[in-house]
Amino acid sequence: MGAFLRDEWWIMLLAAASLAPLVRRFAGEGFFPALRTLDRRWIFLLMFWSVLLPIYYIGLTGQTFPEVPSALSQATFDEIERLQEGDPILLSFDYDPASEGELGPMATAFVKHAAAKGLRMYFMALWPVGAQMIDDTIARVIHTDYPELVYGQDYVNLGFKSGNEGVIKVIVTNLRELYTTDVRGTAIRDIPMMEGITNIQQMRLVINVSAGYAGTKEWVQYAVTPFPDRIRLVAGSTGVQAPLLYPYIPGQLAGLLGAIKGAAEYEKLVVDAYGGPNPDPRYLEGLRRMGPQLVAHLLIITLIVVANVLYLADRRREMRR
Amino acid sequence: MKRTIPLLITALGGFALIVAYFIPHTQSWGEQVAVWFDVLASLAFVLGGANLLKIHLKHVSDRARGWGYSAIVIGSFLATLFVGLIKVGVSPAAQSPDYAWSGSYRQIGSAFWFGYEYGFQPLTATMFALLAFYIASAAFRAFRAKNLEAVLLLGTAFIILLGRTFAGVALTSWIDPANWEGFRYLTWLRIENLTVFVMSVFNTAGNRAIMIGIALGIVATSLRVLLGIDRSYLGKD
Repeated sequence: MGAFLRDEWWIMLLAAASLAPLVRRFAGEGFFPALRTLDRRWIFLLMFWSVLLPIYYIGLTGQTFPEVPSALSQATFDEIERLQEGDPILLSFDYDPASEGELGPMATAFVKHAAAKGLRMYFMALWPVGAQMIDDTIARVIHTDYPELVYGQDYVNLGFKSGNEGVIKVIVTNLRELYTTDVRGTAIRDIPMMEGITNIQQMRLVINVSAGYAGTKEWVQYAVTPFPDRIRLVAGSTGVQAPLLYPYIPGQLAGLLGAIKGAAEYEKLVVDAYGGPNPDPRYLEGLRRMGPQLVAHLLIITLIVVANVLYLADRRREMRR
Repeated sequence: MKRTIPLLITALGGFALIVAYFIPHTQSWGEQVAVWFDVLASLAFVLGGANLLKIHLKHVSDRARGWGYSAIVIGSFLATLFVGLIKVGVSPAAQSPDYAWSGSYRQIGSAFWFGYEYGFQPLTATMFALLAFYIASAAFRAFRAKNLEAVLLLGTAFIILLGRTFAGVALTSWIDPANWEGFRYLTWLRIENLTVFVMSVFNTAGNRAIMIGIALGIVATSLRVLLGIDRSYLGKD
Protein backbone atom coordinates (compact mmCIF):
# COMPACT_ATOMS: atom_id res chain seq x y z
CA MET A 1 0.00 0.00 0.00
CA GLY A 2 2.85 2.37 0.88
CA ALA A 3 4.56 1.80 -2.45
CA PHE A 4 1.26 2.38 -4.24
CA LEU A 5 0.70 5.69 -2.45
CA ARG A 6 4.28 6.74 -3.23
CA ASP A 7 4.23 5.74 -6.90
CA GLU A 8 0.65 6.64 -7.74
CA TRP A 9 0.45 9.86 -5.70
CA TRP A 10 -1.13 11.69 -8.62
CA ILE A 11 -4.39 9.74 -8.50
CA MET A 12 -4.67 10.23 -4.74
CA LEU A 13 -3.99 13.93 -5.26
CA LEU A 14 -6.67 14.03 -7.96
CA ALA A 15 -9.19 12.35 -5.65
CA ALA A 16 -8.31 14.72 -2.77
CA ALA A 17 -8.49 17.78 -5.06
CA SER A 18 -11.91 16.76 -6.41
CA LEU A 19 -13.24 16.39 -2.85
CA ALA A 20 -11.56 19.54 -1.49
CA PRO A 21 -14.59 21.82 -2.12
CA LEU A 22 -16.74 19.41 -0.09
CA VAL A 23 -14.30 19.45 2.83
CA ARG A 24 -14.12 23.26 2.63
CA ARG A 25 -17.89 23.45 2.75
CA PHE A 26 -18.06 21.21 5.81
CA ALA A 27 -15.42 23.36 7.50
CA GLY A 28 -17.21 26.59 6.60
CA GLU A 29 -20.85 25.71 7.25
CA GLY A 30 -20.43 23.12 9.99
CA PHE A 31 -20.93 19.36 9.73
CA PHE A 32 -24.70 19.03 10.18
CA PRO A 33 -25.80 22.13 8.22
CA ALA A 34 -23.62 21.06 5.28
CA LEU A 35 -25.02 17.53 5.45
CA ARG A 36 -28.62 18.76 5.39
CA THR A 37 -28.11 20.44 2.04
CA LEU A 38 -25.65 17.95 0.60
CA ASP A 39 -26.03 17.70 -3.16
CA ARG A 40 -26.34 14.10 -4.32
CA ARG A 41 -23.60 14.69 -6.90
CA TRP A 42 -21.08 14.69 -4.02
CA ILE A 43 -22.32 11.24 -3.10
CA PHE A 44 -21.92 10.16 -6.73
CA LEU A 45 -18.35 11.47 -6.65
CA LEU A 46 -17.58 9.62 -3.41
CA MET A 47 -18.94 6.41 -4.93
CA PHE A 48 -16.89 7.02 -8.08
CA TRP A 49 -13.63 7.20 -6.11
CA SER A 50 -14.67 4.32 -3.83
CA VAL A 51 -14.92 2.06 -6.84
CA LEU A 52 -12.17 3.48 -9.04
CA LEU A 53 -9.32 3.57 -6.50
CA PRO A 54 -9.61 -0.12 -5.48
CA ILE A 55 -9.92 -1.15 -9.14
CA TYR A 56 -6.77 0.83 -9.93
CA TYR A 57 -4.93 -0.50 -6.88
CA ILE A 58 -5.83 -4.13 -7.54
CA GLY A 59 -5.14 -3.72 -11.25
CA LEU A 60 -1.61 -2.53 -10.51
CA THR A 61 -0.68 -4.73 -7.57
CA GLY A 62 -2.76 -7.83 -8.27
CA GLN A 63 -3.49 -8.09 -4.54
CA THR A 64 -6.86 -9.49 -3.50
CA PHE A 65 -8.58 -10.15 -0.19
CA PRO A 66 -8.49 -13.72 1.12
CA GLU A 67 -11.74 -15.64 0.68
CA VAL A 68 -13.05 -18.48 2.81
CA PRO A 69 -15.47 -20.57 0.72
CA SER A 70 -18.97 -20.82 2.18
CA ALA A 71 -20.88 -24.09 2.40
CA LEU A 72 -22.89 -23.23 -0.73
CA SER A 73 -19.79 -22.50 -2.83
CA GLN A 74 -18.18 -25.68 -1.56
CA ALA A 75 -21.34 -27.65 -2.44
CA THR A 76 -21.28 -26.18 -5.97
CA PHE A 77 -17.62 -27.09 -6.38
CA ASP A 78 -18.19 -30.60 -5.03
CA GLU A 79 -21.10 -31.22 -7.44
CA ILE A 80 -18.76 -30.68 -10.41
CA GLU A 81 -15.83 -32.34 -8.69
CA ARG A 82 -17.69 -35.64 -8.25
CA LEU A 83 -18.17 -36.00 -12.04
CA GLN A 84 -15.91 -38.23 -14.13
CA GLU A 85 -13.99 -37.31 -17.27
CA GLY A 86 -16.27 -37.38 -20.31
CA ASP A 87 -19.49 -36.89 -18.33
CA PRO A 88 -21.98 -34.63 -20.17
CA ILE A 89 -23.04 -31.38 -18.52
CA LEU A 90 -25.41 -28.68 -19.71
CA LEU A 91 -24.41 -25.05 -19.22
CA SER A 92 -27.22 -22.55 -19.68
CA PHE A 93 -26.03 -18.94 -19.73
CA ASP A 94 -29.16 -16.90 -19.10
CA TYR A 95 -27.82 -13.39 -18.66
CA ASP A 96 -26.73 -10.34 -20.63
CA PRO A 97 -23.92 -7.75 -20.50
CA ALA A 98 -25.76 -5.77 -17.81
CA SER A 99 -24.99 -8.57 -15.33
CA GLU A 100 -21.61 -9.52 -16.74
CA GLY A 101 -19.87 -7.77 -13.84
CA GLU A 102 -21.41 -10.22 -11.39
CA LEU A 103 -21.93 -13.32 -13.51
CA GLY A 104 -19.02 -13.26 -15.97
CA PRO A 105 -16.42 -14.42 -13.41
CA MET A 106 -18.52 -17.36 -12.26
CA ALA A 107 -19.31 -18.39 -15.85
CA THR A 108 -15.58 -18.32 -16.57
CA ALA A 109 -14.84 -20.36 -13.44
CA PHE A 110 -17.53 -22.93 -14.30
CA VAL A 111 -16.11 -23.47 -17.79
CA LYS A 112 -12.54 -23.56 -16.47
CA HIS A 113 -13.54 -26.20 -13.90
CA ALA A 114 -15.44 -28.27 -16.47
CA ALA A 115 -12.62 -28.05 -19.02
CA ALA A 116 -10.00 -28.99 -16.44
CA LYS A 117 -12.11 -32.00 -15.43
CA GLY A 118 -12.49 -33.07 -19.07
CA LEU A 119 -16.29 -32.89 -19.02
CA ARG A 120 -18.32 -32.72 -22.23
CA MET A 121 -19.93 -29.27 -22.30
CA TYR A 122 -23.28 -28.52 -23.95
CA PHE A 123 -23.92 -24.76 -23.98
CA MET A 124 -27.32 -23.13 -24.46
CA ALA A 125 -29.10 -19.86 -23.61
CA LEU A 126 -32.63 -18.77 -22.76
CA TRP A 127 -31.73 -15.09 -23.16
CA PRO A 128 -31.18 -13.66 -26.65
CA VAL A 129 -27.80 -12.17 -25.70
CA GLY A 130 -26.83 -15.29 -23.77
CA ALA A 131 -25.39 -16.68 -27.00
CA GLN A 132 -22.79 -13.89 -27.01
CA MET A 133 -22.02 -14.59 -23.36
CA ILE A 134 -21.31 -18.21 -24.34
CA ASP A 135 -19.05 -17.09 -27.22
CA ASP A 136 -17.14 -14.76 -24.91
CA THR A 137 -16.62 -17.41 -22.24
CA ILE A 138 -15.57 -20.06 -24.76
CA ALA A 139 -13.07 -17.60 -26.26
CA ARG A 140 -11.81 -16.59 -22.80
CA VAL A 141 -11.29 -20.10 -21.45
CA ILE A 142 -11.38 -22.85 -24.06
CA HIS A 143 -9.75 -21.13 -27.04
CA THR A 144 -7.04 -19.65 -24.83
CA ASP A 145 -6.16 -22.39 -22.35
CA TYR A 146 -7.68 -25.55 -23.78
CA PRO A 147 -7.08 -25.35 -27.55
CA GLU A 148 -6.88 -29.14 -27.65
CA LEU A 149 -10.62 -29.37 -26.99
CA VAL A 150 -12.48 -30.02 -30.24
CA TYR A 151 -15.76 -28.33 -31.08
CA GLY A 152 -18.45 -30.95 -31.58
CA GLN A 153 -16.54 -33.57 -29.63
CA ASP A 154 -15.70 -31.88 -26.33
CA TYR A 155 -18.06 -28.92 -26.37
CA VAL A 156 -20.94 -27.65 -28.44
CA ASN A 157 -22.88 -24.39 -28.50
CA LEU A 158 -26.58 -25.00 -29.08
CA GLY A 159 -27.30 -21.27 -28.89
CA PHE A 160 -30.43 -19.33 -27.98
CA LYS A 161 -34.01 -20.53 -28.34
CA SER A 162 -37.00 -18.33 -27.63
CA GLY A 163 -39.74 -19.54 -25.33
CA ASN A 164 -38.19 -19.16 -21.86
CA GLU A 165 -39.56 -21.94 -19.63
CA GLY A 166 -41.25 -23.40 -22.74
CA VAL A 167 -37.80 -24.36 -24.00
CA ILE A 168 -36.93 -26.14 -20.75
CA LYS A 169 -40.29 -27.89 -20.78
CA VAL A 170 -39.51 -29.42 -24.20
CA ILE A 171 -35.81 -30.26 -23.94
CA VAL A 172 -36.25 -31.94 -20.59
CA THR A 173 -37.95 -34.80 -22.46
CA ASN A 174 -37.05 -34.20 -26.11
CA LEU A 175 -34.02 -32.08 -26.98
CA ARG A 176 -34.18 -32.71 -30.72
CA GLU A 177 -37.72 -31.44 -30.99
CA LEU A 178 -36.36 -27.90 -30.57
CA TYR A 179 -32.69 -28.13 -31.40
CA THR A 180 -32.20 -29.34 -34.95
CA THR A 181 -28.90 -27.51 -35.48
CA ASP A 182 -26.21 -25.98 -33.31
CA VAL A 183 -25.36 -22.28 -33.37
CA ARG A 184 -23.14 -22.75 -36.44
CA GLY A 185 -25.95 -24.33 -38.43
CA THR A 186 -24.53 -27.86 -38.24
CA ALA A 187 -27.25 -30.49 -38.07
CA ILE A 188 -27.49 -32.08 -34.62
CA ARG A 189 -27.18 -35.57 -36.16
CA ASP A 190 -23.78 -34.56 -37.62
CA ILE A 191 -22.31 -33.49 -34.27
CA PRO A 192 -20.39 -36.42 -32.73
CA MET A 193 -21.05 -35.49 -29.08
CA MET A 194 -24.81 -35.28 -29.72
CA GLU A 195 -24.93 -38.98 -30.56
CA GLY A 196 -27.25 -40.72 -28.11
CA ILE A 197 -28.31 -37.43 -26.47
CA THR A 198 -32.08 -37.17 -26.72
CA ASN A 199 -32.97 -35.10 -23.67
CA ILE A 200 -31.32 -33.25 -20.82
CA GLN A 201 -32.12 -35.96 -18.31
CA GLN A 202 -28.99 -37.57 -19.74
CA MET A 203 -26.84 -34.70 -18.47
CA ARG A 204 -24.99 -35.53 -15.29
CA LEU A 205 -25.35 -31.93 -14.15
CA VAL A 206 -27.08 -28.75 -15.26
CA ILE A 207 -25.19 -25.52 -14.55
CA ASN A 208 -27.24 -22.35 -14.85
CA VAL A 209 -25.83 -18.83 -14.75
CA SER A 210 -28.83 -16.58 -14.42
CA ALA A 211 -29.71 -12.89 -14.07
CA GLY A 212 -33.49 -13.25 -13.75
CA TYR A 213 -36.39 -14.55 -15.84
CA ALA A 214 -36.00 -17.03 -17.51
CA GLY A 215 -33.37 -18.51 -15.26
CA THR A 216 -32.66 -20.66 -12.23
CA LYS A 217 -36.20 -20.55 -10.86
CA GLU A 218 -37.56 -21.88 -14.18
CA TRP A 219 -34.86 -24.56 -14.32
CA VAL A 220 -35.92 -25.67 -10.83
CA GLN A 221 -39.62 -25.65 -11.68
CA TYR A 222 -39.55 -27.21 -15.14
CA ALA A 223 -36.47 -29.45 -15.09
CA VAL A 224 -35.57 -30.51 -11.56
CA THR A 225 -39.03 -30.68 -9.98
CA PRO A 226 -40.55 -33.14 -12.52
CA PHE A 227 -37.37 -35.27 -12.56
CA PRO A 228 -35.77 -34.89 -9.11
CA ASP A 229 -33.87 -38.18 -9.32
CA ARG A 230 -32.44 -37.57 -12.80
CA ILE A 231 -31.53 -33.90 -13.01
CA ARG A 232 -29.15 -32.16 -10.64
CA LEU A 233 -28.79 -28.40 -10.79
CA VAL A 234 -26.26 -25.86 -9.54
CA ALA A 235 -26.55 -22.18 -10.26
CA GLY A 236 -24.81 -18.86 -10.17
CA SER A 237 -27.02 -15.83 -9.84
CA THR A 238 -27.01 -12.09 -9.20
CA GLY A 239 -27.14 -10.74 -5.66
CA VAL A 240 -30.68 -9.51 -6.17
CA GLN A 241 -31.93 -12.91 -7.29
CA ALA A 242 -30.00 -15.17 -4.90
CA PRO A 243 -32.26 -14.68 -1.81
CA LEU A 244 -35.25 -15.85 -3.86
CA LEU A 245 -33.48 -19.13 -4.62
CA TYR A 246 -32.60 -20.11 -1.04
CA PRO A 247 -35.91 -21.97 -0.54
CA TYR A 248 -34.83 -24.49 -3.20
CA ILE A 249 -31.61 -25.43 -1.38
CA PRO A 250 -30.52 -28.19 -1.09
CA GLY A 251 -33.38 -30.37 -2.38
CA GLN A 252 -33.86 -28.87 -5.83
CA LEU A 253 -30.72 -26.75 -6.02
CA ALA A 254 -27.55 -28.57 -5.02
CA GLY A 255 -25.36 -25.48 -4.98
CA LEU A 256 -25.66 -21.73 -5.41
CA LEU A 257 -23.17 -18.95 -6.04
CA GLY A 258 -24.64 -15.61 -5.03
CA ALA A 259 -23.24 -12.50 -6.73
CA ILE A 260 -19.56 -11.60 -6.92
CA LYS A 261 -18.92 -12.95 -3.41
CA GLY A 262 -20.06 -16.41 -4.48
CA ALA A 263 -18.01 -16.11 -7.66
CA ALA A 264 -14.90 -15.17 -5.67
CA GLU A 265 -15.32 -18.10 -3.28
CA TYR A 266 -15.84 -20.57 -6.12
CA GLU A 267 -12.92 -19.07 -8.06
CA LYS A 268 -10.69 -19.68 -5.07
CA LEU A 269 -11.70 -23.34 -4.96
CA VAL A 270 -11.17 -23.79 -8.71
CA VAL A 271 -7.87 -21.91 -8.78
CA ASP A 272 -6.55 -23.79 -5.74
CA ALA A 273 -7.38 -27.09 -7.40
CA TYR A 274 -6.59 -26.38 -11.07
CA GLY A 275 -4.97 -22.92 -11.34
CA GLY A 276 -1.37 -23.90 -10.75
CA PRO A 277 1.15 -21.82 -8.79
CA ASN A 278 0.57 -18.61 -10.81
CA PRO A 279 -3.06 -18.55 -11.90
CA ASP A 280 -4.01 -16.35 -14.82
CA PRO A 281 -5.72 -13.07 -13.74
CA ARG A 282 -8.68 -14.09 -15.96
CA TYR A 283 -9.52 -16.70 -13.34
CA LEU A 284 -9.27 -14.23 -10.46
CA GLU A 285 -11.78 -11.64 -11.68
CA GLY A 286 -14.28 -12.40 -8.90
CA LEU A 287 -11.61 -12.07 -6.24
CA ARG A 288 -10.40 -8.82 -7.81
CA ARG A 289 -13.91 -7.36 -7.92
CA MET A 290 -14.38 -7.98 -4.19
CA GLY A 291 -12.08 -5.00 -3.53
CA PRO A 292 -14.31 -2.29 -5.07
CA GLN A 293 -17.32 -4.03 -3.52
CA LEU A 294 -15.75 -3.80 -0.04
CA VAL A 295 -15.07 -0.06 -0.29
CA ALA A 296 -18.47 0.66 -1.90
CA HIS A 297 -20.27 -1.27 0.87
CA LEU A 298 -18.31 0.58 3.55
CA LEU A 299 -19.25 3.90 1.91
CA ILE A 300 -22.94 2.94 1.86
CA ILE A 301 -22.79 1.91 5.53
CA THR A 302 -21.06 5.20 6.41
CA LEU A 303 -23.69 7.19 4.51
CA ILE A 304 -26.52 5.36 6.29
CA VAL A 305 -24.92 5.93 9.71
CA VAL A 306 -24.21 9.61 9.04
CA ALA A 307 -27.73 10.17 7.69
CA ASN A 308 -29.25 8.53 10.77
CA VAL A 309 -27.09 10.54 13.17
CA LEU A 310 -28.35 13.64 11.38
CA TYR A 311 -31.94 12.37 11.54
CA LEU A 312 -31.74 11.60 15.27
CA ALA A 313 -30.09 14.96 16.01
CA ASP A 314 -32.85 16.78 14.12
CA ARG A 315 -35.57 14.79 15.86
CA ARG A 316 -34.09 15.52 19.31
CA ARG A 317 -33.93 19.22 18.47
CA GLU A 318 -37.59 19.21 17.37
CA MET A 319 -38.66 17.41 20.56
CA ARG A 320 -36.89 20.01 22.69
CA ARG A 321 -38.89 22.74 20.98
CA MET B 1 -66.05 -16.63 -32.45
CA LYS B 2 -63.37 -14.00 -31.89
CA ARG B 3 -63.31 -14.86 -28.20
CA THR B 4 -64.43 -18.49 -28.26
CA ILE B 5 -61.52 -19.85 -30.33
CA PRO B 6 -58.80 -18.23 -28.16
CA LEU B 7 -60.63 -19.50 -25.08
CA LEU B 8 -60.69 -23.04 -26.48
CA ILE B 9 -57.01 -22.91 -27.46
CA THR B 10 -56.09 -21.71 -23.96
CA ALA B 11 -58.19 -24.38 -22.24
CA LEU B 12 -56.98 -27.22 -24.48
CA GLY B 13 -53.33 -26.15 -24.19
CA GLY B 14 -53.52 -25.70 -20.42
CA PHE B 15 -55.29 -28.98 -19.72
CA ALA B 16 -52.94 -30.87 -22.09
CA LEU B 17 -49.96 -29.59 -20.07
CA ILE B 18 -51.61 -30.57 -16.77
CA VAL B 19 -52.53 -34.04 -18.01
CA ALA B 20 -49.04 -34.57 -19.50
CA TYR B 21 -47.46 -33.74 -16.14
CA PHE B 22 -49.42 -36.36 -14.23
CA ILE B 23 -49.81 -39.12 -16.86
CA PRO B 24 -46.47 -40.19 -18.43
CA HIS B 25 -48.30 -41.82 -21.35
CA THR B 26 -49.48 -38.39 -22.52
CA GLN B 27 -46.06 -36.76 -22.21
CA SER B 28 -45.91 -36.05 -25.97
CA TRP B 29 -49.06 -33.90 -25.70
CA GLY B 30 -47.26 -31.58 -23.32
CA GLU B 31 -44.20 -31.48 -25.59
CA GLN B 32 -46.37 -30.56 -28.56
CA VAL B 33 -48.11 -27.73 -26.74
CA ALA B 34 -44.76 -26.46 -25.39
CA VAL B 35 -43.35 -26.43 -28.95
CA TRP B 36 -46.36 -24.39 -30.12
CA PHE B 37 -45.66 -22.04 -27.24
CA ASP B 38 -42.02 -21.67 -28.35
CA VAL B 39 -43.09 -20.98 -31.94
CA LEU B 40 -45.52 -18.32 -30.71
CA ALA B 41 -42.78 -16.83 -28.52
CA SER B 42 -40.58 -16.49 -31.64
CA LEU B 43 -43.40 -14.72 -33.48
CA ALA B 44 -43.84 -12.44 -30.48
CA PHE B 45 -40.43 -10.95 -31.33
CA VAL B 46 -41.89 -9.78 -34.66
CA LEU B 47 -44.94 -8.33 -32.93
CA GLY B 48 -42.71 -6.71 -30.31
CA GLY B 49 -40.56 -5.12 -33.01
CA ALA B 50 -43.61 -3.85 -34.88
CA ASN B 51 -45.07 -2.44 -31.68
CA LEU B 52 -41.81 -0.72 -30.82
CA LEU B 53 -41.71 0.91 -34.25
CA LYS B 54 -45.37 1.95 -34.05
CA ILE B 55 -45.02 3.63 -30.65
CA HIS B 56 -41.79 5.46 -31.42
CA LEU B 57 -42.80 6.51 -34.94
CA LYS B 58 -45.90 8.07 -33.38
CA HIS B 59 -43.71 9.86 -30.80
CA VAL B 60 -41.57 11.28 -33.58
CA SER B 61 -44.49 12.27 -35.82
CA ASP B 62 -46.27 13.98 -32.87
CA ARG B 63 -43.04 15.74 -31.86
CA ALA B 64 -43.87 14.53 -28.34
CA ARG B 65 -41.55 15.38 -25.44
CA GLY B 66 -38.29 13.46 -25.88
CA TRP B 67 -39.02 12.53 -29.50
CA GLY B 68 -35.30 12.69 -30.22
CA TYR B 69 -34.78 9.59 -28.08
CA SER B 70 -37.49 7.83 -30.06
CA ALA B 71 -35.65 8.72 -33.27
CA ILE B 72 -32.48 7.16 -31.84
CA VAL B 73 -34.42 4.00 -30.87
CA ILE B 74 -35.85 3.69 -34.39
CA GLY B 75 -32.47 4.31 -36.02
CA SER B 76 -30.66 1.80 -33.79
CA PHE B 77 -33.41 -0.80 -34.17
CA LEU B 78 -33.48 -0.61 -37.98
CA ALA B 79 -29.69 -0.52 -38.28
CA THR B 80 -29.31 -3.59 -36.04
CA LEU B 81 -32.07 -5.42 -37.90
CA PHE B 82 -30.51 -4.59 -41.26
CA VAL B 83 -26.93 -5.61 -40.45
CA GLY B 84 -28.18 -8.77 -38.70
CA LEU B 85 -30.52 -9.90 -41.48
CA ILE B 86 -28.26 -8.98 -44.39
CA LYS B 87 -25.21 -10.26 -42.46
CA VAL B 88 -23.07 -7.26 -43.32
CA GLY B 89 -19.36 -8.10 -43.11
CA VAL B 90 -19.95 -11.83 -42.56
CA SER B 91 -17.75 -14.29 -44.43
CA PRO B 92 -19.14 -17.71 -45.47
CA ALA B 93 -19.04 -20.55 -42.94
CA ALA B 94 -16.22 -23.07 -43.27
CA GLN B 95 -18.63 -25.96 -43.93
CA SER B 96 -20.51 -24.04 -46.69
CA PRO B 97 -17.94 -21.81 -48.41
CA ASP B 98 -20.04 -21.47 -51.60
CA TYR B 99 -22.95 -19.77 -49.82
CA ALA B 100 -22.28 -16.10 -49.08
CA TRP B 101 -24.80 -15.93 -46.23
CA SER B 102 -23.86 -19.17 -44.50
CA GLY B 103 -21.72 -17.49 -41.80
CA SER B 104 -23.08 -16.53 -38.39
CA TYR B 105 -24.46 -13.01 -38.03
CA ARG B 106 -22.42 -12.75 -34.79
CA GLN B 107 -19.14 -13.55 -36.51
CA ILE B 108 -16.20 -11.57 -35.14
CA GLY B 109 -15.58 -8.52 -37.33
CA SER B 110 -19.12 -8.38 -38.72
CA ALA B 111 -21.19 -5.19 -38.47
CA PHE B 112 -23.59 -6.84 -36.00
CA TRP B 113 -20.68 -7.96 -33.82
CA PHE B 114 -19.22 -4.45 -33.95
CA GLY B 115 -22.52 -2.90 -32.82
CA TYR B 116 -22.86 -5.43 -30.03
CA GLU B 117 -19.26 -5.20 -28.85
CA TYR B 118 -18.85 -1.43 -28.95
CA GLY B 119 -22.44 -0.24 -28.57
CA PHE B 120 -24.85 -2.59 -26.83
CA GLN B 121 -22.43 -4.22 -24.39
CA PRO B 122 -20.85 -1.08 -22.90
CA LEU B 123 -24.16 0.78 -22.83
CA THR B 124 -26.10 -1.91 -20.97
CA ALA B 125 -23.20 -2.52 -18.57
CA THR B 126 -23.03 1.23 -17.88
CA MET B 127 -26.77 1.46 -17.25
CA PHE B 128 -26.56 -1.32 -14.68
CA ALA B 129 -23.42 0.12 -13.08
CA LEU B 130 -25.20 3.45 -12.55
CA LEU B 131 -27.31 1.65 -9.94
CA ALA B 132 -24.40 1.84 -7.50
CA PHE B 133 -24.57 5.65 -7.57
CA TYR B 134 -28.31 5.77 -7.05
CA ILE B 135 -28.20 3.18 -4.27
CA ALA B 136 -25.58 5.26 -2.44
CA SER B 137 -27.70 8.38 -2.82
CA ALA B 138 -30.87 6.56 -1.74
CA ALA B 139 -29.06 5.06 1.28
CA PHE B 140 -28.20 8.56 2.45
CA ARG B 141 -31.63 10.07 1.82
CA ALA B 142 -34.15 7.35 2.60
CA PHE B 143 -32.74 4.77 5.00
CA ARG B 144 -33.91 6.16 8.37
CA ALA B 145 -34.39 4.34 11.69
CA LYS B 146 -37.89 5.76 12.17
CA ASN B 147 -39.43 2.78 13.99
CA LEU B 148 -38.61 -0.72 15.22
CA GLU B 149 -39.17 -2.34 11.80
CA ALA B 150 -36.81 0.15 10.17
CA VAL B 151 -34.18 -0.49 12.89
CA LEU B 152 -34.41 -4.25 12.26
CA LEU B 153 -34.08 -3.65 8.52
CA LEU B 154 -31.07 -1.42 9.08
CA GLY B 155 -29.40 -3.96 11.33
CA THR B 156 -29.97 -6.74 8.81
CA ALA B 157 -28.67 -4.54 6.00
CA PHE B 158 -25.46 -3.81 7.94
CA ILE B 159 -24.89 -7.50 8.63
CA ILE B 160 -25.42 -8.47 4.97
CA LEU B 161 -23.42 -5.55 3.57
CA LEU B 162 -20.48 -6.36 5.84
CA GLY B 163 -20.88 -10.11 5.55
CA ARG B 164 -20.57 -9.98 1.76
CA THR B 165 -17.09 -8.45 2.03
CA PHE B 166 -13.79 -9.15 3.75
CA ALA B 167 -14.59 -6.39 6.26
CA GLY B 168 -17.12 -8.68 7.95
CA VAL B 169 -14.56 -11.43 8.39
CA ALA B 170 -11.89 -8.99 9.61
CA LEU B 171 -14.15 -7.20 12.09
CA THR B 172 -15.11 -10.30 14.05
CA SER B 173 -12.17 -12.60 13.41
CA TRP B 174 -11.21 -12.13 17.08
CA ILE B 175 -14.17 -14.32 18.07
CA ASP B 176 -11.93 -17.33 17.78
CA PRO B 177 -11.61 -20.25 20.22
CA ALA B 178 -7.84 -19.92 19.72
CA ASN B 179 -8.02 -16.56 21.56
CA TRP B 180 -10.28 -17.74 24.37
CA GLU B 181 -11.86 -21.12 25.05
CA GLY B 182 -15.26 -19.53 25.74
CA PHE B 183 -15.49 -18.20 22.17
CA ARG B 184 -16.23 -21.77 21.08
CA TYR B 185 -19.88 -21.08 21.94
CA LEU B 186 -19.91 -17.62 20.38
CA THR B 187 -18.56 -18.20 16.87
CA TRP B 188 -22.12 -17.81 15.56
CA LEU B 189 -21.69 -14.10 16.33
CA ARG B 190 -19.04 -13.72 13.63
CA ILE B 191 -20.52 -11.56 10.88
CA GLU B 192 -19.97 -14.12 8.11
CA ASN B 193 -21.90 -16.69 10.20
CA LEU B 194 -24.65 -14.20 11.01
CA THR B 195 -24.98 -13.49 7.26
CA VAL B 196 -25.47 -17.18 6.53
CA PHE B 197 -27.98 -17.41 9.38
CA VAL B 198 -30.00 -14.43 8.16
CA MET B 199 -30.05 -15.72 4.59
CA SER B 200 -30.80 -19.35 5.32
CA VAL B 201 -33.32 -18.88 8.16
CA PHE B 202 -35.14 -15.54 8.07
CA ASN B 203 -34.82 -15.02 4.32
CA THR B 204 -35.71 -18.60 3.42
CA ALA B 205 -38.68 -18.73 5.79
CA GLY B 206 -40.06 -15.42 4.48
CA ASN B 207 -39.52 -16.36 0.86
CA ARG B 208 -41.12 -19.78 1.30
CA ALA B 209 -44.21 -18.18 2.83
CA ILE B 210 -44.45 -15.70 -0.03
CA MET B 211 -43.86 -18.42 -2.64
CA ILE B 212 -46.52 -20.70 -1.20
CA GLY B 213 -48.99 -17.80 -1.20
CA ILE B 214 -48.13 -16.86 -4.78
CA ALA B 215 -48.36 -20.49 -5.91
CA LEU B 216 -51.83 -20.85 -4.45
CA GLY B 217 -52.84 -17.61 -6.16
CA ILE B 218 -51.43 -18.84 -9.47
CA VAL B 219 -53.34 -22.13 -9.18
CA ALA B 220 -56.60 -20.27 -8.55
CA THR B 221 -56.00 -17.74 -11.35
CA SER B 222 -54.89 -20.44 -13.81
CA LEU B 223 -58.03 -22.47 -13.15
CA ARG B 224 -60.17 -19.38 -13.73
CA VAL B 225 -58.35 -18.76 -17.03
CA LEU B 226 -58.56 -22.40 -18.18
CA LEU B 227 -62.26 -22.64 -17.33
CA GLY B 228 -62.97 -19.39 -19.15
CA ILE B 229 -64.12 -17.54 -16.03
CA ASP B 230 -61.32 -14.98 -16.19
CA ARG B 231 -61.13 -13.54 -19.73
CA SER B 232 -59.20 -10.36 -18.98
CA TYR B 233 -56.15 -11.64 -20.93
CA LEU B 234 -58.21 -11.45 -24.15
CA GLY B 235 -58.53 -7.67 -23.87
CA LYS B 236 -61.65 -5.52 -23.96
CA ASP B 237 -62.45 -5.53 -27.70
